[in-house]
Amino acid sequence: MSEQMTIRVTINGKAYERTVEPRLLLSDFLRHECDLTGTHVGCEHGVCGACTVLFDGLPVRSCLMFAVQAHGHEVTTVEGLAPEAPERLHPLQEAFWEAHGLQCGFCTPGFLMTLVPFLEQNPNPSDEEIREAIAGNLCRCTGYQHIVSAVKLAAAKMHPDPSLRETR
Amino acid sequence: MTTRYFGQRIKRNEDPVLLSGRALFTDDVHLPDMLHVAFVRSDHAHGRIVSIDVEAAREREGVVAVYTAADLGDYWQPGPLLVPPPPIEGIVFNARTQVPLAKDKVRHVGEPIAMVVAESRYIAEDAVEDIFVEIEPLPAVVDMEKALEPDAPLIHEDLDSNLAAHVVQTKGDYEKAKAEADVVIRRRFYYNHGIAAAMENRGMVAHWDAKTQHLTMWDTTQAPIAIRNGLAAMLGLSTSQVRVIAPFIGGGFGPKIMMFYPEEVLIPWAAMKLNRPVKWIEDRRENFFATTHERDQIHWAEIALTKEGRILGVKDTFLHDTGAYDPYGLTVPINSQCTLLGCYDVPNYYSEFKAVFTNKTLVTPYRGAGRQHGVFVMERLLDIAARELGLDRNEIRRRNFIPPDKFPYNNEIIYQDFVPLVYDSGNYEPALNKALELIGYEQFVKEEQPRLRAEGKHVGIGVVAYVEGTGIGPYEGARVQIESNGMVNVATGIGTQGQGHFTSFAQVVADQLGVDVRKIRMVTGDTAEFHWGTGTFASRGAVVAGNAIHAAAAAVRQKILKLASQELEVAEEDLELGDGKVWVRGVPDTAIDLGTLAVKANPLRGAVKPGTEPGLEATAYFGPERGATANGVHAMIVEVDPETATVQIKRYVTVHDCGRVINPLILDGQIHGGIAQGIGNAFYERIIYDDNGQLLTASFMDYLIPTAMEVPPIEIDHVETPSPLNPLGTKGAGEAGAIPTGALFAQAIEDALAEYNLEIREIPLSPNRLFELIQEAKAKKGGA
Ligand code: FES
Ligand code: FES
Repeated sequence: MSEQMTIRVTINGKAYERTVEPRLLLSDFLRHECDLTGTHVGCEHGVCGACTVLFDGLPVRSCLMFAVQAHGHEVTTVEGLAPEAPERLHPLQEAFWEAHGLQCGFCTPGFLMTLVPFLEQNPNPSDEEIREAIAGNLCRCTGYQHIVSAVKLAAAKMHPDPSLRETR
Repeated sequence: MTTRYFGQRIKRNEDPVLLSGRALFTDDVHLPDMLHVAFVRSDHAHGRIVSIDVEAAREREGVVAVYTAADLGDYWQPGPLLVPPPPIEGIVFNARTQVPLAKDKVRHVGEPIAMVVAESRYIAEDAVEDIFVEIEPLPAVVDMEKALEPDAPLIHEDLDSNLAAHVVQTKGDYEKAKAEADVVIRRRFYYNHGIAAAMENRGMVAHWDAKTQHLTMWDTTQAPIAIRNGLAAMLGLSTSQVRVIAPFIGGGFGPKIMMFYPEEVLIPWAAMKLNRPVKWIEDRRENFFATTHERDQIHWAEIALTKEGRILGVKDTFLHDTGAYDPYGLTVPINSQCTLLGCYDVPNYYSEFKAVFTNKTLVTPYRGAGRQHGVFVMERLLDIAARELGLDRNEIRRRNFIPPDKFPYNNEIIYQDFVPLVYDSGNYEPALNKALELIGYEQFVKEEQPRLRAEGKHVGIGVVAYVEGTGIGPYEGARVQIESNGMVNVATGIGTQGQGHFTSFAQVVADQLGVDVRKIRMVTGDTAEFHWGTGTFASRGAVVAGNAIHAAAAAVRQKILKLASQELEVAEEDLELGDGKVWVRGVPDTAIDLGTLAVKANPLRGAVKPGTEPGLEATAYFGPERGATANGVHAMIVEVDPETATVQIKRYVTVHDCGRVINPLILDGQIHGGIAQGIGNAFYERIIYDDNGQLLTASFMDYLIPTAMEVPPIEIDHVETPSPLNPLGTKGAGEAGAIPTGALFAQAIEDALAEYNLEIREIPLSPNRLFELIQEAKAKKGGA
């Protein structure tokens, strides 16, 4: 067995210290070492986007990284979006709920983690921009249409000018 | 009954846990001391196993066990025949079912040969590399047509050919009809329906508790009860010792109802043998060759018509690739055979097919389940006929639709549910009219298309119709129970893979009991909660389980009324239900809440009347005498670039009739998803095997499932023709979107490229393939 390394990673604001093999994927680390199973693994070859998490605030595919690369970094997973869930959700999650942006829900965490930084950068996206933003995430259930509506709705809920925010 | 929820677009009860990453999927099950499995799978499509050397693997640190077929002893058995052949006269069916681990011979790439159990998945995969399997390759049977040639290598050597089945079904007398026809059209068609590619791969976790002698298995199955029953029998346990849980499932679409997958047999066996929890999670590569496919058929079809375009008869002969084994019987080709008839009044039909063994992954139903193939053939025949007769494509369909007064309509052939294919109800012309109106057909063909063509654009429109046999038997059941705190528990045996059952079923119950839909706790797919039923397949959840739940809720309502009438000393008719309470009409302060009533229904002291059942609880079953037939029309406008052969969908319209709708929001989602899969099937996804039976498309880099860039916004409208076969009037909808898309693409692309005179007789297309077809057509035109 290969040698082990001790790593420290901040996940959803909490410090985790674990001793792992250097070859352990970040996705497996999150899911099986830290029991944060909201991050899903659909392909393990970087195509489906289900494993997307925020790495120092930017979306990455956790199946394409090793856990040791996260040493000293900050990771946010879907569990970190709404600490009081399921009672209280993030506005993007609320919007997915209202617009029926999920069916089996397996791909959903990856979509959410892709879209949170996207909406920060582009608070008022067009349909076309939304579709481009999610073109790296596969969903086999929804046909994407309700996901696009959900993002529109989320943008309305989260509008930077509170007076223009949709409160529903 | 006051209907408050039925028919409402309400958001789903199950979403908050899914959205927040707190839902339990199979791979999320972590148990102390759990072991992990990886498989050695065949790299050869066809070959004889000479030797398997597992010694080095066994010695690797962290490896707990390595098993081959020889280690399984008597437990090694070919899997059960899941669906026996239907009672059709003269049918030939050779059942050859998959085995847990290959013994002597391998028959497709990916067939499991050895199983490694280790402390981690990483170690298990290291050990897979340590195992040396010597295989003497045999020539692979890849091509369906060649598979039946007399000198073809035999996949199952105890058979004298690779024929898996031969079925002939007829209605009327085709040859006679043909003799009277003005026009006869004959063509060869090829249709390849790909793979389900659910985002969640398969997997299972088994836990044997030696102290209580109880086995629990979490399994990504669409049929937990059938798995439990089968496992108990195989492992020599009583069914009460086995609990199978299908937790949240990341998409099913058909292949997750196959049973038993080899892994489903092996994982629980290893857990018992090693007395430790065992987990196996399929990876994406394995999913491509170890999870079942749907794949291809070749049809030679003929249609006989009058010069007015009236169908006199159809004759179709086809080959169906069933892969290396055929545990799912004939469901897929029978669906093709039956669905071909579509919405049309076809007086004479001759249909013959041969199912063929090949050295490829097994074929079982995937969303649409063979219906696509049949719809493609019929819709193409009608398009070609319309062209030949100089008729409008919609007109030829109109002239042949089964008129509304002919229902129930008997097609006189046997369907997949073993009973004659009788359409319960339907009204096809309004769906067509609505679709034409919605997409602006007249305006498009008369104004827009000529204008755009003048600008040099290649735009085209397609319109196709289809039926879908849904909601077949045998039955489902459900239990509804009101708890002392007023919560309502509902349990049914079917599993759920994203169809919104937690919500749509709750809507049905909430209306019956007058409770808040959010107060209903729905359990699906856990044999400890409900253990009678068959599974989620054939678009039957909303029909069969939905009606069972309705019946159970209605029975609980009766109990509420009976008890409340005793308590309040009024007649049942004078009572009203709502807000989780029951009261005397017009006297709101008599209200008793249902929780309190539930306590009274389960007294701890005193005497209850003989024959009284405790509690406010009821169990009911529903079995339809036959399936309910849904139908629809899809229309699409495309723009094709003949230089790059890319196709852009400008508009996509669907008008759908699935009877009464419980939750239109969920239904829309089902339709969107189905169409997205249909688009993938028509233009992007293709399973490719080489001549040696190697699967060349075993990743998402090679097998292209559509992204948000390929799937357009979809405009939906409905027609509602309730099914007379069930009290809710529902028909299934799960597969509808995926069925007609291939035929639609073919027609719309032909129209867009009218100047080239293309005739598309195959699906899937792709930019490459379409480019070739355009070049061929150009050459033909130039040469003519
Ligand atoms: S699992 Fe990482 S991209 Fe698919
Ligand atoms: S909701 Fe099932 S894969 Fe997206």
